[in-house]
Amino acid sequence: MSAEAPPVEELASRQPVRGSLPRRLAGRPELGAVVGAVAVFVFFSIVADAFLQWSSFSTVLYASSTIGIMAVPVALLMIGGEFDLSTGVLVTSSALISSMFSYQMTANVWVGAGVSLLATLAIGFFNGYLLVRTNLPSFIITLGTFLILQGCNLGFTKLISDTVSTKSIADMEGFPSAHKVFASHLTIGDVEVQITVLWWFALIALATWILLRTRAGNWIFAVGGAKEAARAVGVPVERTKIGLYLGVALAAWISGQHLLFNYDVVQSGEGVGNELLYIIAAVIGGCLLTGGYGSAVGAAVGAFIFGMTNKGIVYAQWGADWFKFFLGAMLLLATLLNWWVRKRAEESK
Amino acid sequence: MTAAVLAAVLGTVLAGCSSTGGKRAEERAAREAAAGGRAAVNTPKWTFAMVTHSGDGDTFWDIVQSGAKQAAVKDNIRFLYAHNEEGKEQSQLVQSYIDQKVDGLIVTLAKPDAMKAVVKKARKAGIPVITVNSGSEESKAFGALTHVGQDETIAGEAVGDELNKRGRKKALCVLHEQGNVGHEQRCDGAAKTFDGKMEKIYVEGTNMPDVQSSIEAKLQSDKGIDTVLTLGAPFADTAAKAADQAGSKAEIDTFDLNAKVAAALQDGTLGFAVDQQPYLQGYEAVDLLWLNRYNADVLGGGRPVLTGPQIITKDDAAELASYTKRGTR
Repeated sequence: MSAEAPPVEELASRQPVRGSLPRRLAGRPELGAVVGAVAVFVFFSIVADAFLQWSSFSTVLYASSTIGIMAVPVALLMIGGEFDLSTGVLVTSSALISSMFSYQMTANVWVGAGVSLLATLAIGFFNGYLLVRTNLPSFIITLGTFLILQGCNLGFTKLISDTVSTKSIADMEGFPSAHKVFASHLTIGDVEVQITVLWWFALIALATWILLRTRAGNWIFAVGGAKEAARAVGVPVERTKIGLYLGVALAAWISGQHLLFNYDVVQSGEGVGNELLYIIAAVIGGCLLTGGYGSAVGAAVGAFIFGMTNKGIVYAQWGADWFKFFLGAMLLLATLLNWWVRKRAEESK
Repeated sequence: MTAAVLAAVLGTVLAGCSSTGGKRAEERAAREAAAGGRAAVNTPKWTFAMVTHSGDGDTFWDIVQSGAKQAAVKDNIRFLYAHNEEGKEQSQLVQSYIDQKVDGLIVTLAKPDAMKAVVKKARKAGIPVITVNSGSEESKAFGALTHVGQDETIAGEAVGDELNKRGRKKALCVLHEQGNVGHEQRCDGAAKTFDGKMEKIYVEGTNMPDVQSSIEAKLQSDKGIDTVLTLGAPFADTAAKAADQAGSKAEIDTFDLNAKVAAALQDGTLGFAVDQQPYLQGYEAVDLLWLNRYNADVLGGGRPVLTGPQIITKDDAAELASYTKRGTR
């Protein structure tokens, strides 16, 4: 992203570029990521025997979806020019609140899930509100929230349940239906697909629609690309930013409910470090760290690349001790390819 | 306005009550098993402190603490606890307790080199030290009275023997913390006595979906695996889910216990669990310090006092279920 602020009308590079198909594709931020994903897919199809089974594909999709559900709103937030470091533990907080509220009140688990939704949105609002009020970097504000939530997760769990994990709520009313919504799997043909994959696709569709077809989408690109210019032409910068944090919170709630209803006991120390995975997925998918550029589909493809690489190494049966090394090397290669393709595409424009 | 919202929320809560499970069921159970909390001795109120290498929110160390607290109540002890996973930080915590002139210290030696100096300092200051859980090799050399814990290699070997007994051929050892020496010792110990083949896989312990999908991927790529061995109780259930998703018939076995493991042992989802009895580690450490202060007693004769491995199967699980639920097993 260049330092000069482009006029607001041009900020939205999302308008379809007129011309031939390759030319139109070249204008899309996710082009490089898609090429990277294809490369990773072909690579593991060759080196790993078990990679090309439908059941393996479903496992890879599951791994991608648990990152992808969060990567989509995180990408939107990054397009809007902000960061969120509290996302990883926020997912855990959301699951803990649901579980403990249901258990302590002996309430139907849907009541707990509802309370958790409100509380999670409130935390998202807190991040956004503090940001627009103080104008401090989002890095600092959400780092604070990250630590506060980490402490609260542990402190409240210990205070309320007297142990560091929640009690099982699997025998409570509402659990079967909640489990269906957040943690079941569907059988398509003879392949089992986790429901998180559907949640993921739904979020991608929703986010893409918002970005490309609504006024709010315009605003997101504008506030990320050139905040002051956007404000000058009447974009509600504050509302947009708070809205983006609420979006992140909503996705954290969905992820958190999956965590709770899939494993029915939540460990309070979980989630630390996951915030980086979401940001990584968004960046691999073509979002710029400086804001103003990127796409929801790109972030989803980024999550898919991460999921494929992460599990592909296991399918390939490479040495477990070197797992992280391979993971890093593969991601770097995929991102380099991504960068190269995008550069070529921009040159040919 | 606020009142109306509050009333609405309360209304939903009351309308949405669950008649099964939850806190009410727990309280019913607790009333039946209420235990008294009065000191059983009239020795002065000594202060003992425990410093471990536990990370935040670790179930295992929660159980160790509850054992230590129970013994402290009985022995009329004021019990202090602190933890940090970094060796350097852990030693500073010990130093701060030495400065406070506590009457006894309980420490873990997961990173022995970082702890060496400070343990010797404690001894110089006349504070008796007992090591628990990790550090059976270094405990005596550093001048500790006794070591209370499980030898990880021996525990691993016991697993290998048990797997042989069950006629297993190929096992997968799931490590949830890369670089944890104790975890490596468990897997290596098991591989040593196990007649079949044993493979390792590292998973991200703080990310349950990752644990599940990694085990799933491994089971899909290697159909020959007939046993999955997890190194911590919370991961056993996830491994069972992964095996189910991968369509694998592999038996799931685990180190350590919790309420879910006990239930899964009972219904046959898990094969066996290796318990090192963390409650005992906390309880014995405090009790032995008290005995040493009161009566100059030493247990173990310079050798570690072993609290495990105890192999728990379906037969024992029923009896232990209520103890795991209250967090003492």
